[in-house]
Amino acid sequence: MNSNVGIDSMIPVHAHIRKIVWETEDTFTLLLEPDNGGSGFHFFPGQFNMLYAFGVGESAISISSDPSKNDNIAHTIHRVGTVTSVFSQLEKGDVIGLRGPFGNGWPVEKAKGKDVCIVTGGIGLAPLRPVLYSIFNNRREYGKIFLLYGARSPLDLLYRVELEKWGKMKDVTVQVIVDRCDTSWKGHIGVVTKLFSYIKLNTANTIAMICGPEIMMKFTIQELSQRGVPLEQIYISMERNMKCGIGLCGHCQCGPKFVCKDGPVFALPQISHFLEKKEI
Amino acid sequence: MEKRDLSEILRHHPFVNDLSEHHLHILISCVSNVRFTEGGYIFHEGEDATKFYLIREGKVALEIQSGEKGAIRVQTIGEGEVLGWSWIVSPYKWHYDACVIDDVRAFAFDGKCLRTKCEADHDFGYEMIKRFSQVLEQNLKAARYQVMDVYGR
Repeated sequence: MNSNVGIDSMIPVHAHIRKIVWETEDTFTLLLEPDNGGSGFHFFPGQFNMLYAFGVGESAISISSDPSKNDNIAHTIHRVGTVTSVFSQLEKGDVIGLRGPFGNGWPVEKAKGKDVCIVTGGIGLAPLRPVLYSIFNNRREYGKIFLLYGARSPLDLLYRVELEKWGKMKDVTVQVIVDRCDTSWKGHIGVVTKLFSYIKLNTANTIAMICGPEIMMKFTIQELSQRGVPLEQIYISMERNMKCGIGLCGHCQCGPKFVCKDGPVFALPQISHFLEKKEI
Repeated sequence: MEKRDLSEILRHHPFVNDLSEHHLHILISCVSNVRFTEGGYIFHEGEDATKFYLIREGKVALEIQSGEKGAIRVQTIGEGEVLGWSWIVSPYKWHYDACVIDDVRAFAFDGKCLRTKCEADHDFGYEMIKRFSQVLEQNLKAARYQVMDVYGR
């Protein structure tokens, strides 16, 4: 599924910031237009770009926009390090470098005809938003959709307007839970796996897609497994320190897999035996 | 409500749906139907834990009063879940405030009545301990997970 592998994939193109949306206090979305107007830019849900802050460094950022649209390519970024802090200070019209898209993607084709259960936490919703767009663009080809989303607090929820909109759609269940809050929050409080108590999965016919902190994914896999979802129907997105994006440098190696090239999305049986090994 | 009807309704609740007929009847001997309205409190921290609840509808938030920060909500309990385990652990006091955030319909079980039944029938007591150990384990796992602050900055 990699569309950019080779020498050219190491050379960034210029991308103009068309809009900046602050999603939370420390998370923002950059809408980018590559120099060629985006006409040649196509991506699959789950792929990522290497975004380059000139003179500072690169960071691997998932694409969070609708894959059917190639203008204003969205990247939702959590401000956590040097590069992402620089991105957070940019303004509309500024230019950054962009390489990509890299990696494989979520199994949106395999999920056709099935129910889809998306379980995510924190910034993990960003790489799954294109899956939801793809499903909604081809709604009749999928069964029921479940989105279970955990966040630190109500103020840390991403895409709040869309969450509300999606929750009102037919055969779409959106359940949100937070770790902590004050008394103004009327929703669920606790861990994301608690939300399974409030939905009924047709486990034999469900594809599960999980993205979030590894510890969250571990508990979610246990829960799905206990409920009878076959392991080969569970997909996870791994996060590792990605540098080259094309499986050359080895920074993102996880056992025999390069997360940037062979992933970041894996069917659980491909990767499960490495998940609990120390220092992998 | 007839005991038979109650038994059928209770059978739908995940906490007791696989309980033996005999043990279910012991439980039913200590049960009452209750409703709580949004904004009210079911119990407060420090009060005697005289009951536990099987939630049939609605949602309850457990709150800790933190002084200067006011009330902090740490967990919600909703349909199909169990509210309260302090009735079975000495000194039988509530550790949180339980605030109703969506109108609640629930079965309330008298803790003192149940403790007497547990002492009289150790098989029943063991069944209760097994089930409440699971509730406590889930709460402990969730609390550890929340302390890890996995989505943190």
